[in-house]
Amino acid sequence: MKEYFSNIYTALLTIFIGMKVTLKHLFVPSVTIQYPDEKPELPERERNRLYVNMDDCIGCDQCARACPVNCIQIDTTKALPTEDLGKTSNGKKKALWVTGFTIDFSKCCYCQLCVFPCPTDCIYMTDIYEFSEYQRNNLIYDFVTLTPEDRQQKRDNLAKFNAEKEAEKLKAASEIKIKTETEPKKDQPKE
Amino acid sequence: MMYDYFVELFGNTVIAGIASGILMSLLPLFIFILPYALLAVLAERKVSAHMQDRLGPMRIGWHGWNQTIADILKLIQKEDIVASDTDKPLFNFAPILVFAGSYAAFAAIPFSSYYIGSEVDLGIFYIIAVTGLVVAGILMAGWASNNKYSLLGSMRSVAQIVSYEIPTMLVVLSLVMVSETMSLHKLSEMQTGYFWNWYIFGGPGFTLTKFLLIPSMLIGFIIIYISTLAEVNRVPFDIPEAESELVAGYHTEYSGMKFAMFFLAEYANMYAVSAIVAALFFGGYQSPIGYLGNLLGVEWLIPLEQFFWFAAKGLFFVFVQMWLRWTLPRLRVDQLMAVSWKYLIPIAFINLIIIGFITLI
Repeated sequence: MKEYFSNIYTALLTIFIGMKVTLKHLFVPSVTIQYPDEKPELPERERNRLYVNMDDCIGCDQCARACPVNCIQIDTTKALPTEDLGKTSNGKKKALWVTGFTIDFSKCCYCQLCVFPCPTDCIYMTDIYEFSEYQRNNLIYDFVTLTPEDRQQKRDNLAKFNAEKEAEKLKAASEIKIKTETEPKKDQPKE
Repeated sequence: MMYDYFVELFGNTVIAGIASGILMSLLPLFIFILPYALLAVLAERKVSAHMQDRLGPMRIGWHGWNQTIADILKLIQKEDIVASDTDKPLFNFAPILVFAGSYAAFAAIPFSSYYIGSEVDLGIFYIIAVTGLVVAGILMAGWASNNKYSLLGSMRSVAQIVSYEIPTMLVVLSLVMVSETMSLHKLSEMQTGYFWNWYIFGGPGFTLTKFLLIPSMLIGFIIIYISTLAEVNRVPFDIPEAESELVAGYHTEYSGMKFAMFFLAEYANMYAVSAIVAALFFGGYQSPIGYLGNLLGVEWLIPLEQFFWFAAKGLFFVFVQMWLRWTLPRLRVDQLMAVSWKYLIPIAFINLIIIGFITLI
């Protein structure tokens, strides 16, 4: 008999305790983040999509070499002696036209190993993580600021310059040859 | 009131009777039950979400207030699937019967002193009798679905409703003994004035019986609230629909509008039992603090105020039902039966006898 009434008492008591808890939670601010409208605050050193600041890139290829999955492809062209490419923001002299800098984010494993070797701090992680695509090709990002015509022009310039240099060399060599042929062998022991 | 207006309009009592009958029977559906069901479904989701520190529907309209309208539109468009081995006549008839049962109860519920669908003297008796149709409909749905989960669910539901109707009726009986009427309208009229005239506080008048009745009335209220909760198959008495064990019980095989009818009936039922509790113990449509209409001398404000108070009381108890849903776990079948037969019924009987003695004094 005593148990019967204590059962009733505990049943009612526990129901009211439970109701108190749920009522309290009715007024607790919700933990939901309405995702596309508001985004969760990411941790300070989060690793997401890479970005390359091409103004600072010297085309040293160190990031590509550090990459464990070979997702960075860099293509450089030497600048002509007449061209001045300026300096990077931390004072390094730029000597190369970067005519190709692609990162394939379908391969990228977001390890951040490419960020540390960069001498000019021009490759870094951003906080962008929503860049899904329907085509895998669209995940290959090209960071070069030059237009395709410009890139071709730089290559052509270098080729032309090299060709001219080669031609000059040849010319010089032939001149020397002619000279050596025309002039009598005076100081042969120089060799 | 409506009838007199139509008699004047048509000059014929038969046509006026039919017209006012149709209008009076459709009014609660379109004025109250449908908007209420839309609101209650949204409220259920919002209350459950906020009790779990979530937000609930947020996309459609401000804080998702259009969500149920969108859901209903979706349900209307849905294909009406009837599985091949079902008992088709019963299968199609069951949702109609369930809805008719719960809707018929609204006929005798006094929304205000000026609007009662049908002013029957046996109001509360009629409501309890007519909601019995719901049991038949649920059993029909479970049987016709030809699905073991549906049948199990409906059998549990019937066993539950039948056993919990006894404590409900015992409490109603004790109230009838005190008030000496079965009409919900008269019951509400008796509790007029201020909230200390409500039956939960012992009824009108300042006599010895009033104060002697208070504890019995509190016990009676708790019993009727628990047992009506079980009658509408709400948590913690939701073993007929237990999602985690029976899929959804008797409406597993239903889809589209038929499912929507079950849903509507369930929410209408929730309000019906809350309204009964409000009418019996909490003064029905009577304001707890007096009427603004009387204060300002504006006659037409009073029925609106009464409607407001009745809706507010009913909705409060519906909210408590939702609140309990997210508080308590589901009872086992044997526990369910034990609560009814070992606890509620004996206590209700003793309560009935005590109230009988008090009313004799």
